[in-house]
Amino acid sequence: MTDPLKHLTGRIISHGLNRREFMASSMAAGMTLAAASSLYSKAAKAADGEPKRGGHLKLGLEGGSATDILDPAKSQSQFTFALNRNWGDTLVESHPHDGTAVPSLAESWESSADASTWTFKIRKGVQFHNGKELTIDDVVKTLHRHTDEKSESGALGILKSITEIKADGEDLVISLTEGNADLPLLLTDYHLVIQPDGGTENPNAGIGTGPYKLKSYDAGVRATFEKNENDWRSDRGYVDSVEMIVMNDATARVAALSSGQVHYINRVDPKTVNLLKRAPMVEILQTSGRGHYVFIMHCDTPPFDNNDLRLALKYAMDRETMVQKILSGYGKVGNDFPINETYALFPEGIEQRTYDPDKAKFHYKKSGHDGSVLLRTSDVAFPGAVDAAVLYQQTAKKAGIDIEIKREPGDGYWSNVWNVKPFSTSYWGGRPTQDQMYSTAYLSSADWNDTRFKRKDFDKLLLTARAELDQAKRKEMYRDMALMVRNEGGLILPMFNDFVNASNKKLKGYVHDIGNDMSNGYVASRVWIEG
Amino acid sequence: MNTVMEDGEPRRRPLKQRYPLTVLILQRLGLSAGLLLAVSILIFGGVEALPGDFAQTYLGQSATPQAVANIRAQLGLERPITTRYFEWLGNAVQGDFGKSWASGNSVSEQIGKRLGNSLFLAFCAAIISVPLAVGLGMLAVHFRNRIPDRIINIISLAAISLPEFFIGYLLILFFSVKFGVASFPATVYDGMSFGERLSAIALPTATLVLVVLAHMMRMTRAAIISVMSSAYMETAELKGLGAFKTIIKHAAPNAIAPIVNVVALNLAYLVVGVVVVEVVFVYPGMGQYMVDAVTVRDMPVVQACGLIFAAVYILLNMVADLIAIVANPKLRHPR
Repeated sequence: MTDPLKHLTGRIISHGLNRREFMASSMAAGMTLAAASSLYSKAAKAADGEPKRGGHLKLGLEGGSATDILDPAKSQSQFTFALNRNWGDTLVESHPHDGTAVPSLAESWESSADASTWTFKIRKGVQFHNGKELTIDDVVKTLHRHTDEKSESGALGILKSITEIKADGEDLVISLTEGNADLPLLLTDYHLVIQPDGGTENPNAGIGTGPYKLKSYDAGVRATFEKNENDWRSDRGYVDSVEMIVMNDATARVAALSSGQVHYINRVDPKTVNLLKRAPMVEILQTSGRGHYVFIMHCDTPPFDNNDLRLALKYAMDRETMVQKILSGYGKVGNDFPINETYALFPEGIEQRTYDPDKAKFHYKKSGHDGSVLLRTSDVAFPGAVDAAVLYQQTAKKAGIDIEIKREPGDGYWSNVWNVKPFSTSYWGGRPTQDQMYSTAYLSSADWNDTRFKRKDFDKLLLTARAELDQAKRKEMYRDMALMVRNEGGLILPMFNDFVNASNKKLKGYVHDIGNDMSNGYVASRVWIEG
Repeated sequence: MNTVMEDGEPRRRPLKQRYPLTVLILQRLGLSAGLLLAVSILIFGGVEALPGDFAQTYLGQSATPQAVANIRAQLGLERPITTRYFEWLGNAVQGDFGKSWASGNSVSEQIGKRLGNSLFLAFCAAIISVPLAVGLGMLAVHFRNRIPDRIINIISLAAISLPEFFIGYLLILFFSVKFGVASFPATVYDGMSFGERLSAIALPTATLVLVVLAHMMRMTRAAIISVMSSAYMETAELKGLGAFKTIIKHAAPNAIAPIVNVVALNLAYLVVGVVVVEVVFVYPGMGQYMVDAVTVRDMPVVQACGLIFAAVYILLNMVADLIAIVANPKLRHPR
């Protein structure tokens, strides 16, 4: 333990110094986010003391439905995301604070010089819950099931560039169409849970190598687990049993937490977070993430095919007010490119775009556009999207731009409005790497290119950066790409939203993971219960 | 339904006059079957008309053209609507409601569990609220326009005016958050003892009782008052019959019909209309199940739920009409 760490631990214990205050002051002192985050977590862990084993952990989670399915390939709700993390493992995990690839069922890996062939050593002596030993065969079959052409796996898209998956003795060999320095991170995807026989026989069995065995599951209602005594890791799975209850009503979650019926709830509404804070025994868990709320324009559809109009609309956005009003301060301003400092190789020093009615007016005049601009929105786009649209309408009005809002039904929004209509609101979750974020939504050929940003030079840069193993060169390329999207793209990105969860104060050891919400889904395997 | 006129014997009276109730029930059952068929067509068409098909909505924002095509091919969604409807109908009349498109589980099995939960909650709410409502209604009539009647009226009006989710939240706030005497959430699951189940559903039951009580009570009061003020009651009184006898013999049979009708409506609501209460109390009933299914256009589940809901309504209304007929001498012996 270093001295500053000791000092900080002391402050956490004595003053209840919270994460938010600490991060603000240490980042002001010039620390990087990852370093500050990791330091705070270390100190908080020290303040939490040694993990205590035992007890029954109860979670009340939003996002489950009767239509959910256990097959990890088809997992898409918040609930199944966290549920599968309990019983299953992926080959690789991402580090909670800096997002780098760390070993899990694959204990090490290496790549060819051009990063197009990768070899993974699979861990020995790991047992599935049914007693079967984990073999290379299970791994290969799992990946085949997710990459097969007929697959309905949610990971199908990110594994597109894989040409071959095969066993080489005890090792796994993956070949790609082109070099990809980030391949290990792709294998952290939550769909890619390693199952016995690859889940080909019964994908819904819920049998894996994770810290908890699935005892019962009632879709859209509840799941229960007991500790896996044969777990191959000793640094997780501290409680004896876990119970996850689907609670889709925000008020019900808050009531369950404040009456002590559950230890942890997800998705606390920023509007009510300050009321919840007052409850004794409740702790608010705020984690910076990569998810972001966006206003997207199609660059190939009039009037948005004019960059001056796009710039006018970007300058008409009052980002600080958005974060304050829509997120109640639980978030950070965005800069019109989809990457923030939680990503490796984040391009520093790009000037923050601010609300500037004069510049907006200037570009709007220059664009020659006349009349109103139609923005489509719905609250399914992101929580508070309709309010955000109205707020945007107000700030744009001051710049002389008339935005007309059309409120669309939430039902069918993703199939009829998003990625179809030229100007709408939406959200994006984070991706493990910059490459993946850009490949998913900014590559010309991407299915989800929801800004119709189609630039040959950008595509070329993206593919070059993907295979570049020299980090300094790579960082430079990512900077150029960020600038292209920021200054010429159809993306207006007012804010990155924090994950806001809450727990009973008895719950200790919570890890703030930048990867995804609910401690990247690992909440149940990382926490313990005091007293 | 040609069972009625099969009888060719001219000397005998038609069946309809000899067994009026049996014939009526058979007629109603035939009508119900027709209604259910119409309902199934309506639901199927309605879900089809919703924007986005199952493949798109199920995959949501993460739908790729390839994945959508795979799901459509697997479920045969590209076939014409009539083909798909008749295929479903063919299986349904044999009692096979198929598998949920989303989860792949047997619909009948899932519904069995959920319907059990819904009926259990509805039953508990009904055995408390129906006698209470009728009793309070009578009480209100007895003390008509005096203090107890006023109090009952004010409270029932307040209960009617408050939305059910708000009543639910208030109960949660006081009984589980503040005093910690009631259990929350009301999630029930396999392997719970009967006592645990009862304690789990205490709060949602109380909410439902408050919601339906007022309506039934006011109807009871109004029905009895309207009968009391009719001419034949006055006659009975002038004939010198005792107050007790007049009510039992003359008033009650005529008041039963409207009361039973409103009770039936509220009972149907307890099974079909309690989605909000289910969500607030995290209770795994039918309503939540159907809403989840509609959200992703899971047709087999939506159809099965819709039919069950329709059947509940039809059945309860039929029972209400029969009770009204049996209770009311004027209807029992139609001229």
